[in-house]
Amino acid sequence: MGRACDEVGALPPPLAGKGWGEGVSTRETPQEERALTLAFGSTSPASGRGKWSSRQRRARPPISAIAAFIAASLALSPQTKADELVPYAIVGDGIPASLTGSPGDAARGRTLVLARTTTCILCHSGPFPETRFQGDLAPDLGGAGNRWTGSQLRLRLVDASRFNAQTIMPSYYRNDGLVRVGRNFAGKPILSAVEIEDIVAFLATLRN
Amino acid sequence: MSVWRAIAAAALFAAAPALLAGEIPPDARRSGYSFMGPDTRAMQDDDTSNPGMLFVLEGEALWAKKTGSAEKACADCHGDARSSMKGVAARYPAFDKALGRPITLDQRINLCRANHQQAAPLPYEGRDLLALSAFVAHQSRGVAITAGDDPQAKPFVEQGRELFMQREGQLNLACTNCHDDNFDKRLAGAPITQGQPTGYPLYRLEWQTLGSLERRLRSCMSGVRAQAYDYGSPELVALELYLMSRARGLSMETPAVRP
Ligand code: HEC
Ligand code: HEC
Repeated sequence: MGRACDEVGALPPPLAGKGWGEGVSTRETPQEERALTLAFGSTSPASGRGKWSSRQRRARPPISAIAAFIAASLALSPQTKADELVPYAIVGDGIPASLTGSPGDAARGRTLVLARTTTCILCHSGPFPETRFQGDLAPDLGGAGNRWTGSQLRLRLVDASRFNAQTIMPSYYRNDGLVRVGRNFAGKPILSAVEIEDIVAFLATLRN
Repeated sequence: MSVWRAIAAAALFAAAPALLAGEIPPDARRSGYSFMGPDTRAMQDDDTSNPGMLFVLEGEALWAKKTGSAEKACADCHGDARSSMKGVAARYPAFDKALGRPITLDQRINLCRANHQQAAPLPYEGRDLLALSAFVAHQSRGVAITAGDDPQAKPFVEQGRELFMQREGQLNLACTNCHDDNFDKRLAGAPITQGQPTGYPLYRLEWQTLGSLERRLRSCMSGVRAQAYDYGSPELVALELYLMSRARGLSMETPAVRP
């Protein structure tokens, strides 16, 4: 009798618009997974409805204070870890300076926004006639370039919870304070600084 | 969904049955079936086209087959499943007194194998375990779910609820964010349901096979890029128990069909 592992291994890759969660994990087989999960230890205590993990749960200082704090920590602490993020400074309600020091590529940004692995299109829709698989958990991205400055768009992508503490939109440039991040993703931001800049450049072109 | 939240809040105010804020009130609970297109529904409804029924038939054969060094079949202890197993799956996961914790139907089947048949455990997501659990759960088709009513199970229901509310993974999303707050919306074009556990094990066209509730939960966890809990882990059992108690009153549909 065929074992689960064989069957699971034979699954076709998920179709666009389907396959939520399938194919993301490299390990679907229970036998393979066991050692891993044991090594991972126990659950972190859960506390309340859709709560952010501890780093987020603390009351947020005003943005100006955060900016000052970031500036200070930049001056004091030299980068240590390999996966450390590029430093950035929040000014007002945005991040005015490019994370890479140069402007992004809007065409590449468009491709990224449409790629399911970037995840935007899971929740958002937009002026993208070529794809049927758009989400409606979030506002249509059409006109985003009218509604927001580049600086605001950058902060929104880096950490949307600065705008709305309860938002479901992930923070794309953050690598700590999260719960049970999958092994393949641990310690890494969802997007790189270059990808953030490409997407910011593209969103800025969405005018109507 | 803000409407449900408002209704839930109103229900709390009226000091009606205790309902936690944000949870779906009983009369608004719906199976994933109601979110599906007519083709998938028709496939589930007709036993001759429902691919899950093949597993049920296989399970029926295994039920009657002697196995293990005790040379006993399930039927030798339980007799005709149509009467002895009716309503059982609607009560699972159930509190096991000897172990002092709730166990799933799959775990119960493997305990019977170990203790009464002296047979090796069947691997999770293997064809035999899926077939047996589909056969047993099928005997409860149409029976209202009551799992979690046992007072001894309550702390584990609560543990499951907390896991349901906990944001996790690189995308930092909790089950509740999609299945309480955003059902009826679309994730990349696919409908989000209330995440009700009524039809398991069920046939997913995308999987091209039957799959357990645990497999589904692990998919949602990988979807938010979290480390999925191990099959049979206390956390998955607690989540399963919470989902079943959250589905209280809905009818079992095993084997359901989903896209
Ligand atoms: C899990 C859901 C989710 C994902 C994934 C997501 N967003 Fe969002 N996004 C939201 C929600 C919800 C809002 C509405 C405001 C809020 O809650 O913060 C929003 C707001 C926005 C806005 C402001 C919209 C406006 O005009 O008011 C922009 C721009 C945006 N998102 C871009 C993106 C991009 C680009 C990505 C991918 C890199 C992305 N989002 C991924 C949920 C999501
Ligand atoms: C970002 C959205 C999202 C999150 C977060 C999420 N799910 Fe899901 N879930 C889905 C989608 C999409 C499906 C497939 C369509 C459906 O059946 O709802 C699904 C399916 C399910 C189903 C199957 C329902 C059926 O009728 O067969 C269950 C049960 C479930 N999820 C439970 C959970 C649990 C428990 C968690 C947290 C560990 C979770 N989900 C997290 C989106 C999500």
